[in-house]
Amino acid sequence: MTTITENTKSEPAEQDASQTPLIVSDVHKSFGSQKVLDGVNLTAERGQTIVVLGRSGTGKSVLLKLIVGLEQPDSGSIRIHGQEIAGLESGQLNEIRKKIGFLFQQAALYDSLTVEENVQFPLNRHTTLSDAERREKARELLSNLGMERDLTKMPSDISGGMQKRVGLARALALDPDLLLFDEPTSGLDPITAAEIGQLIMKLKKERNLTSVVVTHDVHGARSFADRVVLLREGKVVIDGPFSELERSSDPFVVQFLKDAA
Amino acid sequence: MSADPIHIVRNWVTAFFEWFGELALFSVRVARATLTVPWEGREFIRQMDAIGSKSLPLVALAGAATGVVLSLQTRDSLTRFGAKAMLPAVIVFSLIKESGPVITALIVSGRVGAGIGAELGSMRVTEQIDAMEVSAVDPYKFLASTRVLACVLMLPLLTLAADASGTFLGWISSTLSEPVTFRYFLHSGLKDAMLSDFLPPTFKTAVFGLIIGVVSCFQGMRTRGGTAGVGRSATSSVVLSSIFIILADVILVRFIQVFFPS
Repeated sequence: MTTITENTKSEPAEQDASQTPLIVSDVHKSFGSQKVLDGVNLTAERGQTIVVLGRSGTGKSVLLKLIVGLEQPDSGSIRIHGQEIAGLESGQLNEIRKKIGFLFQQAALYDSLTVEENVQFPLNRHTTLSDAERREKARELLSNLGMERDLTKMPSDISGGMQKRVGLARALALDPDLLLFDEPTSGLDPITAAEIGQLIMKLKKERNLTSVVVTHDVHGARSFADRVVLLREGKVVIDGPFSELERSSDPFVVQFLKDAA
Repeated sequence: MSADPIHIVRNWVTAFFEWFGELALFSVRVARATLTVPWEGREFIRQMDAIGSKSLPLVALAGAATGVVLSLQTRDSLTRFGAKAMLPAVIVFSLIKESGPVITALIVSGRVGAGIGAELGSMRVTEQIDAMEVSAVDPYKFLASTRVLACVLMLPLLTLAADASGTFLGWISSTLSEPVTFRYFLHSGLKDAMLSDFLPPTFKTAVFGLIIGVVSCFQGMRTRGGTAGVGRSATSSVVLSSIFIILADVILVRFIQVFFPS
């Protein structure tokens, strides 16, 4: 009898977990003696844009690397659509990675490939599309991001903002349902930074994508965040809508917003 | 305040063994990536071109210079001992058995080793290798195994080119002092040669290629510390490859003498 009751209770919970794009539970990570993440919890529901804020060195980028399996947590759990990724074999991990797009801080474009070839790179490896179809898809993605005139350029020949757009097109190539942004607006002028922010909002509207955005850009976060997670010394200080951040009387939060303004 | 010497030695020894341990793990990972499908055929061909075809002029030049120097240096000595007729054989045997393979390997370790170390190092510090992993592409397969395999296959071919250009320029140098036909020069040089003189020294360069590929990819992919780190990786790729090539040569020469006696 007890077993039946337990099963009935756990089934919806299991179902919910498998439908939730991202659940980070009590994650700890240290490098040597330096503790970077100290019991971080974070959940991203379908279509939500979560912005992770915090000072430099508080583990924001490490959190993204843990989510995508580039680093392994010391303890805790990271689930993508209900599947635990810690300790997965590379083959299984790669299957999950195909559904995750990652925009790196410096775009990380392959500098021996052209703009178009960069976007085609994941398509060449993970799709059965013909050459023409892959080319068409890459051009469509680049065109949507305003890069249709720079297909044959090398990454070193385009600006930082353009590199980020190409990086975003590459991240979208395999139609991911979870997008991770590492400092998408860092190093960009305010106008280009605002354009990148608009692109994030556009993607959310058009594709209902779940996004985790690590940034210092508090102004941008206000415009595109459904929820803000503020990290301090590897711990979550606030997890809620931006208004909660603004209402907070915590001296650290007040100072953080003041410094960011 | 001076640092404790015991502590320094202990750290150095630990780092030394850690390096070898990591190299072993890296090699296993690359070997596994090389032996599993899908193979990165296009990238492999690109690497064979970058490592093989593009090294050819330099290797041929080095081989030619060696042939000329051998001819110039040994002519006087052989004349003094009344063995001038042995000159073609001395040039050909020296080139095929030792000079050609080792000079080719050292030239390629300088040109290709530095290139691989710097390229992969740069890709590491600019997160391109991370981007590849995130795209569900195995960098050990796409970047490392293609380069290692290309080095292994290209070194024997480049060695043949060095041997050929060295023999040809050795003849030119020799014939400028005392005219002989190339046919006669080759015949004199090769008349006592057997396959066991020719094949093992040429194929031992596959081991040199393995050393260059593995060490350079390893140094490149473990790069830390921005552009300064890239420079260190390029330098250490060349230095370590060269040291291991020289050590491997000593072992392989003895191995060939034991298992392929002339």
